Amino acid sequence: MKSTKMKTGKKKFKISLNRLELLLFVLPGLIALIIFNYLPMGGLLIAFKDYKIRAGILGSDWVGFENFVSVFKSMEFPRVLRNTVMISFLKLITSFPAPIILALLINELRCKAFKKTVQTISYLPYFMSWVVLGGIVTMMFSTEGPVNFVLKAFGMKESIIFFGEEFWFIVMLLVTNIIQGVGWSSVIYLAAICSVDDSVIEAAVVDGAGRLKQIIHVILPTILPTIITVFILNLGSVLNAGFDQIYNLYNPTVYNVADIIDTYNLRQLQQLDYAKGTAVGLFKSVVGMVFVLGANYITNKLTDKEMGIM
Amino acid sequence: MKRTKGEKIFNVFNIALLSMFAIVCLYPFWYTAVLSISSTADAVKEGLHLFTLNPDLNAYRQVLSDENILFAYGNTLFRTILGTALALLVTLMYAYGLSRKEMPARRLLSFLLIFTMLFSGGTIPTYLIIKNLKLLDNRWVYILPCLITAYNAIIARSFFMSIPESLHESAILDGASEFRIFFGIYIPLSKPIIMTLLLWIAVGHWNSWYDAMIYINDDSKIPMQLLLQRMVENSRTTVMNSSLDASAVTVMPATIRSATIIVAVLPILAVYPFIQKYFMSGVMLGAVKG
Repeated sequence: MKSTKMKTGKKKFKISLNRLELLLFVLPGLIALIIFNYLPMGGLLIAFKDYKIRAGILGSDWVGFENFVSVFKSMEFPRVLRNTVMISFLKLITSFPAPIILALLINELRCKAFKKTVQTISYLPYFMSWVVLGGIVTMMFSTEGPVNFVLKAFGMKESIIFFGEEFWFIVMLLVTNIIQGVGWSSVIYLAAICSVDDSVIEAAVVDGAGRLKQIIHVILPTILPTIITVFILNLGSVLNAGFDQIYNLYNPTVYNVADIIDTYNLRQLQQLDYAKGTAVGLFKSVVGMVFVLGANYITNKLTDKEMGIM
Repeated sequence: MKRTKGEKIFNVFNIALLSMFAIVCLYPFWYTAVLSISSTADAVKEGLHLFTLNPDLNAYRQVLSDENILFAYGNTLFRTILGTALALLVTLMYAYGLSRKEMPARRLLSFLLIFTMLFSGGTIPTYLIIKNLKLLDNRWVYILPCLITAYNAIIARSFFMSIPESLHESAILDGASEFRIFFGIYIPLSKPIIMTLLLWIAVGHWNSWYDAMIYINDDSKIPMQLLLQRMVENSRTTVMNSSLDASAVTVMPATIRSATIIVAVLPILAVYPFIQKYFMSGVMLGAVKG
């Protein structure tokens, strides 16, 4: 009797010691989060201040929303905001259907080896940085490059200056965006297609449904929840036009359509325009958060709560 | 199953289409590789550059004897190896803490992590903090801010939570400390998730350039990707701005640019076919439980 009591006491002591030990586990990560994520959030105060480097964040004078007002009234900002929303919207409508189509086509392949090869190749561009892709695209779409060569072979008279004309620049952004992401984005749809019940397909075949009918009446309805979820979550990134891609492809001749919030914000940093730059960053963060939370809320309402991020 | 004529046509069409798609994905890398071993004269000719008749390794000779490129390669290796090792350790430990129900302030710790996915201080406040920490022009700036990311920590936590609780209980009864349980039981059981995270973090480090661009001035400390970024940017802006003083920037010939690109992506290309399945399993984990 006595020994059991001592044992439980010892066990309790051991458990509380283990709980203290657990704190050590989270400590390094916690410190990193506080320093590199939460201190900068405190730095957002700069957006409401007339920031002077010498006075520091806390010592500078409050100016209310003055920084925001002057940013919104500036010549550049409306253009930058328009470009950002336009590019991200165009990217959404072009790059959203592509992986669904790719997944459906890959699913129809009967030869396993070919299927695997196509999949492996399609993911490859996703693992390259936009620096590398930008370098390759710059060469391929140049006036003497292979893209213009092929177009000329099909009878086009003059080279298209893809980097110098606004329309072609946007087209190039959309095309390279699809190629970079389509393979990787198709993974989630392929997984969803795997969950299609074989017996339903067999029943459809017995009823005389061809491939196309099987896709429309069996496969698409099954993966619809996934499609809706991905679509809504993509809506959450309205203000992310893809900084990495644009920065590694643009040049001064297309600034008029290619200058987005992130490139503008980077210029503000380089010009030491800290207060207004922080205001722009805060605007982007708040709008982004509202959209992500909104998208997540809608997803949770529509689906069974499992697909949302939180 | 008997196939109708329509299905046969569809199959041929489908295979043709997907083959074309695979070629479109692969060709840019092939093209770059061919350019990198072409002579400067061949490289500027119009064409598809599917092969070169007189291979020339001059570009590689130049790239590999360039001190700046070797330094940059060293910096990339430094941040990828040390950065990945440290980030993996910190992420897994935080995830383990969150996976334990008896963790004090578990909800708060979880919230602090997830909130970073929704909101951030933005470029400029982060820059000012880094500056105040005297991390500008310091190679640790590559590693410290990337020690933990919410998404990685969450999928690791989900994995740890799927390990049977009885293992933990019996280890506690045997008097094991949390550190022993973590390193002796959880880590060996979590190989798939560890491989996935390791590869994600490593590719992220290998491909990073933005942090170096804004935090580093000293050219001997920049990684490969930033060096390449500058090289490509020079070629792009000079081509478009012929009015620009051409002598102000040196444009590298396409052969050199191609060789630099190949050198920069070769490690990823070399291991890619073998590690692909780990990336995949990570996506599935993320999709099933966010």
